[in-house]
Amino acid sequence: MLRHAIQRLILAIPVMFGVLLIGFLLMQVVPTDPATVRAGPTATPDVIAAIRADLGLDEPLYKQFGLYVWRLLHGDLGSSIINNVPVSQELGATIGPTLELMFASLFWSIPLGILLGTLAGYWRGSLIDRTIMAISVAGVSVPVFFLGLVLIWFVGFQWQWLPFTGRAGPIWTLDGMLSLILPAVTLGGVFIGPVARMTRTAVLDVLSADHVRTARAKGLTERLVVMRHALRNALVPVITLIGLQIGFLLGGAVVTETVFSWPGVGRLAVGAILSSDFPMAQGTIIVLSMGFIVINLTVDVLYAALDPRIRGA
Amino acid sequence: MSEDLLRIEGLRTVFRTHGGEVTAVDGVDLSVPRGRTLGIVGESGCGKSVLSLSVMRLVAHPGRIAAGRVLLEGRDLVGLSSAEMRQVRGSQVAMIFQEPMTSLNPVHTVGFQITEAMRAHDPRASAAELRERAIEALNRVRIPSPDRRFDEYPHQLSGGMRQRVMIAMALACRPKLLIADEPTTALDVTVQAQILDLLRDLQAETGMSIILITHDLGVVAEMADEVAVMYAGRVVERAEAGAIFGDPMHPYTLGLLGSVPRLDEERETLLAIDGSVPPPFALPKGCRFHPRCPFAAAECKSDQPPLREVVSGHSAACLRAPVEAFAA
Repeated sequence: MLRHAIQRLILAIPVMFGVLLIGFLLMQVVPTDPATVRAGPTATPDVIAAIRADLGLDEPLYKQFGLYVWRLLHGDLGSSIINNVPVSQELGATIGPTLELMFASLFWSIPLGILLGTLAGYWRGSLIDRTIMAISVAGVSVPVFFLGLVLIWFVGFQWQWLPFTGRAGPIWTLDGMLSLILPAVTLGGVFIGPVARMTRTAVLDVLSADHVRTARAKGLTERLVVMRHALRNALVPVITLIGLQIGFLLGGAVVTETVFSWPGVGRLAVGAILSSDFPMAQGTIIVLSMGFIVINLTVDVLYAALDPRIRGA
Repeated sequence: MSEDLLRIEGLRTVFRTHGGEVTAVDGVDLSVPRGRTLGIVGESGCGKSVLSLSVMRLVAHPGRIAAGRVLLEGRDLVGLSSAEMRQVRGSQVAMIFQEPMTSLNPVHTVGFQITEAMRAHDPRASAAELRERAIEALNRVRIPSPDRRFDEYPHQLSGGMRQRVMIAMALACRPKLLIADEPTTALDVTVQAQILDLLRDLQAETGMSIILITHDLGVVAEMADEVAVMYAGRVVERAEAGAIFGDPMHPYTLGLLGSVPRLDEERETLLAIDGSVPPPFALPKGCRFHPRCPFAAAECKSDQPPLREVVSGHSAACLRAPVEAFAA
């Protein structure tokens, strides 16, 4: 189990390197010059050239990348070109709210998605099944920003039930928790559909398996048959799907944070890209991709925990 | 007969399909005496597995028992509520299946799956007690170092070992009847013999009755006291095992015996029955075997032959029974 985890961790290193390289190259193809941005609209060519030399932008690309990686390995993410604040400091301030949002979204949407999918799979073809599947198709089809806007309009603005702009405090304060509800409902809402559909398919698949028949032949109650012998096995593909969907969730987090003015990494990324703040944008890319890698690693480990056949391999 | 542990009377199991209702088991009457083994033989699709699942009331949707009774010690299982039926499953009637590879849950340990069966019928037993009983059960099916196997997962065991685990699990609550649905079909020949030996020994030890479902006449010859031959959802012949093999009366049984390869006779080709089992949605009129029967007469095409006792203790559903051997 531990060996499995370590193996996956080592495999994450080249992935991370690839992310850095692609992130770096993407910044190169953007037709904006960081030195010009930094110098401001009124700067003379001399000043721009000086800044370019200062930032190392006159060096060949491979040297720039080498220097970038070298600094990164020393924990130096650079500073914002806009306001000179260290990138690490900005990331440190925004990562907490983003984690809060992610966990709050997954906390309710995954269990609910699995529950709905199990019910739909168990009562396949019934009214329950069709209702749940209709809801989940709607969930898959509705874009995050639209759901967010609808919630803001009705729950936040018209009915004034919940706050909808910004983060009122950390999650352990009442205000903080209240301000988290709408963003978490929005981001989790788009997650229920895929989880429910995948669970339904997996449960259906397992319910027709021989070992489920064995479980029934033992005289187990239907509840135990479903929980222990169908759902437990069905969770393996569901967890895999969740891992794959986390990428979309990160994308959704960027949108959700922007819609709700949530001070997270996603909103920071959008701001940095819009203002051509390259070091900041790169920093957010690194954090988001690291998040993706960590979640996938967790999924891998969970996968092994759920399926003993993988553990030994 | 008060000696019978199980009596099946007029059992009819149907499946609802798009083309209407299809009858997989059609009016089967059978009985299983205490401590004895009834072999049910037939080709794939003859309804023998559906019959066994009907006894357990485990026929999956869209199948259902449409008529008949399944009397276990006089109590009709068909009329029981699902909660009552659950009490019967595992504790009074247990079942083992064809595929030991897939019949155990891959994500739970062997020990968990055995103790789970025990706990279902004895919720007050302690974990330590259950473990002890499960290890004893593994020991009884001759699994070496059972206390180590207890904590292993099915994928760590061979096919034969898994079938032993299935047997240990089935017998965990000391059922009165064990239904074995093709228990050795998926196993190597040498392992087959071991599993059959084991079943026989366990039967002698516990006095349970066995319904052995198979298409393998060799297995039946070795294990069964009585044999029922099924064709297209019906029992076509029924007798003591010796009588079936020594003096088969139904043309289908004759054909089945003729298609078994033998080492002690020189034959150029195996005698095979022409054609195949008719699908349940396209059964012929009259005797269901008549299109394939070399003895078929005009009346076989119109009249459905009942299962009738031709000589004492030996019944056949054939208007022309007893027929003489093919050579005649």
